[in-house]
Amino acid sequence: MSWQPTATLTHLRERANLIAKIRHFFAERNVLEVDTPLLSHHTVTDPHVVGIPAIYTEIGSTEEKILYLQTSPEYAMKRLLAAGSGAIYQICKAFRQGEVGRVHNPEFTMLEWYRPGFDHHALMDDMDALLQVILQTLPAERVCYADLFQQHLGVNPHAADAAQLEKIAQQKNISFTGKLADRDAWLDLLWTHCIEPVVGQERPIFLYDFPASQAALAKVRDENPPVASRFEVYFKGVELANGFHELQDAAEQEARFQRDLLFRQQHGLPEKNIDTRFIAALKNGLPDCAGVALGIDRVIMLALKCQRVADVVSFAFERA
Amino acid sequence: MAVYTTNEIRSGMKVMIDNDPCVILDNEMVKPGKGQAFNRIKFRNLKTSRVVERTWKSGDAIESADVMDVDAQYLYSDDAHWHFMTKETFEQYVMDREHLGEAKLWLKEQSDCTLTLFNGLPLAVAAPNFVVLKIVETDPGVRGDTSGGGGKPAKLETGAVVRVPLFVPEGELIKVDTRIGEYVSRVKE
Repeated sequence: MSWQPTATLTHLRERANLIAKIRHFFAERNVLEVDTPLLSHHTVTDPHVVGIPAIYTEIGSTEEKILYLQTSPEYAMKRLLAAGSGAIYQICKAFRQGEVGRVHNPEFTMLEWYRPGFDHHALMDDMDALLQVILQTLPAERVCYADLFQQHLGVNPHAADAAQLEKIAQQKNISFTGKLADRDAWLDLLWTHCIEPVVGQERPIFLYDFPASQAALAKVRDENPPVASRFEVYFKGVELANGFHELQDAAEQEARFQRDLLFRQQHGLPEKNIDTRFIAALKNGLPDCAGVALGIDRVIMLALKCQRVADVVSFAFERA
Repeated sequence: MAVYTTNEIRSGMKVMIDNDPCVILDNEMVKPGKGQAFNRIKFRNLKTSRVVERTWKSGDAIESADVMDVDAQYLYSDDAHWHFMTKETFEQYVMDREHLGEAKLWLKEQSDCTLTLFNGLPLAVAAPNFVVLKIVETDPGVRGDTSGGGGKPAKLETGAVVRVPLFVPEGELIKVDTRIGEYVSRVKE
């Protein structure tokens, strides 16, 4: 039975050093550090993100209540913003059911921050400045989702249907077994197999303006085609961050959650409840803001030139 | 038949893919933070020895293969067929020479080996990691040269050829690492 850490002590010292630099970065910009609950009464409805349940019981009671370890601090942080916090950041643990691998650990460290008055482009400037400090990177490349698919696969990702995307996957010799739920899943397959491994090798790449169907919690701009004001960050084949110009419309947010629940029902996934406290906060009014979540373990892994997140966390999942 | 989901698949597991038994070499999860998760799985087809990479949706199922490794002994061969006997049950199995792969380089009569059975039929045979074999042909030894530099080819009693140090003479027994096909040391009789 191996009791030792999965990371060397040298790496753990470097890790502490990098996290101190992150705190300094936000202190310089007057962004307030906050701390929200890891254990919550609700979890996300997103069909592709699964929260880890925890059983809670009152002392002396036999009634078991299912709570959830958070998958991200997004809802709680937006409730702080709605309460008037101003710019905030948080370094915390997040949990995802079943996600274990070279760059996945079911428990991982996330940096999430929100900037009132920013859109996703202004927040990308913030992100770029942070990465240059932490990873000593060159200024990031910025490409919109449609241009990148056009450039690498010669396809318009907003217009192509599932059958066309499947055909491209075949032409690219992706050997795939199974059925995919929708067009977005085919886009994910093409992205993860054909584009993600080759982009952002020299410098980070910021990918922005996603298909409206992948808006998650981002504003959708009513253009032709409509696009989601969302961005993702990739460096050396690793996904590092996902950010939004945040959706403020409570009714639209609730409708998207309802669509998630319908998708869950149609695909035999477990039912979830909508976090009504979060919806109530949006109804009260979320300031115009942009927010982003950055996977800190992966950033540290790249900063220390490691191949696995296990090399930069004290005890990776199998030894936790 | 047992079924694994893609998330349970680990290297070394034996599964059925396209109706052929395969051994898993690697399984990497790829997942966009907000999207569909996939498993990119690398496997070797145990019938053809071909290594293939294929993608499944995370959570999809793959059937396990009724593949079993048993300790056996290589008995003898006539030209086209090699005969084996399992150590525990003394059952005898026959394999075609062309299906033996690398193992035939290292096995002599009475050698121990591992026989892989699929649905009760022999699929593959593996030599032990280390074998001791006699050199039947090599250039004369250079006495006193123990530097180990250079080396020379030596033909072994099974027909395999390995590089040995210059000081090792014909007729000597040597230990060979069969996984890389390399000389390890001399062995006293």
